[in-house]
Amino acid sequence: MDPITESLSRTPLHDLHVELGAKMVPFAGYEMPVNYPAGILTEHLHCRAAAGLFDVSHMGQVRLQAESHAAVAGALERLCPADFVGLQPGRQRYSFFTDTQGGILDDLMVSRLVDDRRGDHLFMVVNAACKVQDLSHLRANLNHRCEITELADRALLALQGPLAGAVMARLAPESAAMTFMTAGHLRIGGIECIATRSGYTGEDGFEISVAADQATELARLLLAQEEVKPIGLGARDSLRLEAGLCLYGNDITAATTPVEADLSWAIAKRRREQGGFPGAGQLQRQWQEGTARKRVGILPEGKAPARAHTEIADSSGQVIGEITSGGFGPSVNGPIAMGYVATTQAAAGTSVQLLVRGKALPAKVVALPFVPHRYRRG
Amino acid sequence: MSDLRYTKDHEWVRIEGDTVTVGITPYAQEQLGDVVYVELPEVGRKVEQGKEMAVVESVKAASEVYAPVSGEVLEVNTVLSDAPATVNEDAQGKGWFVKLKVTDSKQLDGLLDEAAYKALSDGH
Repeated sequence: MDPITESLSRTPLHDLHVELGAKMVPFAGYEMPVNYPAGILTEHLHCRAAAGLFDVSHMGQVRLQAESHAAVAGALERLCPADFVGLQPGRQRYSFFTDTQGGILDDLMVSRLVDDRRGDHLFMVVNAACKVQDLSHLRANLNHRCEITELADRALLALQGPLAGAVMARLAPESAAMTFMTAGHLRIGGIECIATRSGYTGEDGFEISVAADQATELARLLLAQEEVKPIGLGARDSLRLEAGLCLYGNDITAATTPVEADLSWAIAKRRREQGGFPGAGQLQRQWQEGTARKRVGILPEGKAPARAHTEIADSSGQVIGEITSGGFGPSVNGPIAMGYVATTQAAAGTSVQLLVRGKALPAKVVALPFVPHRYRRG
Repeated sequence: MSDLRYTKDHEWVRIEGDTVTVGITPYAQEQLGDVVYVELPEVGRKVEQGKEMAVVESVKAASEVYAPVSGEVLEVNTVLSDAPATVNEDAQGKGWFVKLKVTDSKQLDGLLDEAAYKALSDGH
């Protein structure tokens, strides 16, 4: 066996991916499908036209629980600048762990679930590449305040696209009542799942947590629906980039604050004012005084893609920033990118140059997203 | 009668007298995935064997295409500008990249024949 793959983990759907002809690559310590025989372009376009099924089981799933919602939410608020205390049952929020400098340690999704078996608890999904550090972070800080359980025996699937709702309504009628950023227990084809109506593509869709030993059965059921095709991580990246969504490790890191990253919208007003999370002082300073740089969309004017780490220069050739994610957007049929530029140059419409292979390629700062979001709101 | 040769970097080379047509092999395009952009050299540019001559980009990454022999760029396939997917559809035909005037014909002898190239790409 190849020594590299020997140390990689596999998700519960590994054998299914191989059966479907996926090209498997290492990602965050896992063997993951980057694409299936259809290829990245076709998979991306299919997701925006119909429905795509993604295996995201490499991501971390965590349950947090205490003697009451107020207690567990209050505990988590010590690490995240969100309003979790006010989170209603069946609702989900996007947030992040911050460090003492206000930098971002990971971004994550938190849902409040109330069920017969477990009672009132929080269900969290974190990035694969950070899950070990995230669990340590939670345990080091909150061990005495709440129960922290890594749900290592669960898989995570994402069903995304304009027809995802119709597929789910057929298989789990209660899902039809769910709107964007809600969460609940569903039986899909008789299989018990935790589902949220959210995702990482900008399309309507669901993220579905299921017991590992039922994951393949669920995946086959969803793939049997005529609207649904399997989609790999390659298209997942082009979809999220078109949607203007950050990739941790590229667009947001410990060296970027949520203010610089244009994610202040995810920080509740009460938290802005009262702080009580790591780095609150630094963020308050940034809201007061502004930031030196800002995350923006970058649209190359030609056909050449500009990838991560490409320098961004102003019209005089002075370097003013850097691309943090860049590639090709199949739905816009051209190159797209995201990066940070000096705040003085961050207005949409600003002309910039991208330094690619020794050439200065013209581009413009643009507002995100590149493709409008189509979430199912109330 | 044209003569088809290959490089270890998965380029094909069609020899026609003292000019060659160069592209990437069907194996290479399959490994790359969907091609979204091709950067071709300017006509008249002098290229050196083994050095970068063109760039081919898939959705995920950029890959270099190396000059199989030293020479001068006579013509480039402008079709690829608007239709980069031609590289995937017909890598060894309509998806050609560059035509070169060969400066040292001895370098052609060092290229792989079909059998040698097949052994190389089958081993992957």
